[in-house]
Amino acid sequence: MMARIFDRMGVLGCIAIGFIGIVLLAALFAPWIAPFDPTVGSVTQRYLGSSAVHLLGTDQAGRDIFSRLLWGARSSLTGPIIVVVVTAIFGTGIALIAVWWGGLVDAGLSRVLDLLFAFPNLLLAMLAIAVFGPSLTTAALALAIAYIPYTARVIRSQAMRERNLPYIRSPQLQGISGTVITMRHLMPNIAPLIITGATINFGFAMIELAALSFLGLGVQPPEADWGLMISNGQQSLLNGYPAESILAGLCIVITVASLGYVGERLGGRAAAGRKA
Amino acid sequence: MFIVRRLLALVGVLIASSFLVFAAMYAAPGSPENFLVQGRTVSPDVLAAIRQQYSLDDPFLVRYWNWLVNVLQGNFGLSLTNRQDVGELLANRLPTTFMLVAMAAILIVIFGIGLGVIAGLRDGVVDKVIILTSNLGFAIPTFFAALILMSIFSVSLGWFPVFGSGEGFLDRVWHLTLPAVALSLPSAAVVARITRTSIREERGSEHSVMAVARGVRNALVVRRHVIRNSMLPVTTIVGVHIAGLIAGSFVVEYAFTLDGIGTLLVNAVQRKDFAVVQAIAIILVAAFGVMNLLVDLLYAAIDPRVRGVRA
Repeated sequence: MMARIFDRMGVLGCIAIGFIGIVLLAALFAPWIAPFDPTVGSVTQRYLGSSAVHLLGTDQAGRDIFSRLLWGARSSLTGPIIVVVVTAIFGTGIALIAVWWGGLVDAGLSRVLDLLFAFPNLLLAMLAIAVFGPSLTTAALALAIAYIPYTARVIRSQAMRERNLPYIRSPQLQGISGTVITMRHLMPNIAPLIITGATINFGFAMIELAALSFLGLGVQPPEADWGLMISNGQQSLLNGYPAESILAGLCIVITVASLGYVGERLGGRAAAGRKA
Repeated sequence: MFIVRRLLALVGVLIASSFLVFAAMYAAPGSPENFLVQGRTVSPDVLAAIRQQYSLDDPFLVRYWNWLVNVLQGNFGLSLTNRQDVGELLANRLPTTFMLVAMAAILIVIFGIGLGVIAGLRDGVVDKVIILTSNLGFAIPTFFAALILMSIFSVSLGWFPVFGSGEGFLDRVWHLTLPAVALSLPSAAVVARITRTSIREERGSEHSVMAVARGVRNALVVRRHVIRNSMLPVTTIVGVHIAGLIAGSFVVEYAFTLDGIGTLLVNAVQRKDFAVVQAIAIILVAAFGVMNLLVDLLYAAIDPRVRGVRA
């Protein structure tokens, strides 16, 4: 098992998987590992340097940066997870329905997707936030809707090729229902594509959600979130206390780069339906 | 025929998306007249007057139609927060955004394609360094890059201004240099990588190998056969990324507090100023659509094979 992963991923890939693992563990166990409450600070403890008590120092409100990074991993991962899961379910669903029924259904669904393609992702998310108010859930669901057409397009073209192969056609002739054929035979053959697409989308979602939090439209203060930490630390950074912004930024960069590398190894960006 | 069909499709999408945007704002929780009086207690008469003034009592489709007709005449209505003309607000801010996007686009073309070609033609260290940088560059969020650039080049070294977008052309360029660099970074990284792959493929292609075998000078092979052919896929990617800058610019503008469309949109979303949000959404969707259309047309223009298939 380990050897197979190593063969597939190479040295850098294994390091990347290691990073992703650490971030996952941090997110899962933040309440137990974090030495301090991430939202409570103390005026007397502002801008402390790194020490045994505050491993990475404190921010402008006297909050422990290490604890905030650990807790920040939670919201920074849950957002993209919502995006990726919703995108995969609906993207795949729409694609399979379009492929199975074909004709008018396919044409109609294509028009709907074309309409969604017309909106830049961030714009669609901001429109949803304007209507429903800023929150991580709103931002994540809106981004998911923006990502669905990309995923649906790739899955559709792959499923379209499979549709006419004998292993799909012959059970259909035997009168087995479309749902059963799709779930039993078609799904296993497009599953790798769905997983690779989700890996690539995860990185995109993380950056775009962090951007929304940075704009004050995603995760709301005082909660800990990497994107929010970058924007909270902006003033401190310009005043010569770079720790908060830089560390949060590095967390995002390393996580996204790792995910990107693993996704690339799995099958490349094309699986997410992105031209780039 | 190809152009006409694509134009009609674009018009259709624009009408549908304008309807979508208007309907979303209409369905938003909270009534506009309550927003306008901002929590003050007012008599029903005043409320009725406000409803009258903003035509809030008309049926939905009538309001959509009136709004659409006005928008087509360039009349975007009044901002709900400060009652300024939305069209004027936008006109004041368009130059900053336009220039930021244009500068970032130039940087993407120069550095993305340039570095990609170098990495594609050279082996060894140069290639490795460029690949590594492009892998990392893609993962750096634009607003993070913005902060880093700001703290190094504006605060520590003092070479560039920290905030604002400047007056006059040269001053503007100077103010927008760091934002443009931050904005172009991830796209340039992707373009560089795709250019590299494309160049490598062309170098291994039969006609390039044959040209070298015939004794054609290497520089000539690279210029005539390798670079020219490899630019086909690259053009699409560059175009898609430049269209994507339209949305990406919001974040960078906000980070550098530039007075562009993006900052206006962010503030309008935060304050629920629907008149402004609607107007910007429509304009951006139109710009995005036109950009994508231009990319497809350009692609058809440089690659005759595409025209053949689609016509």
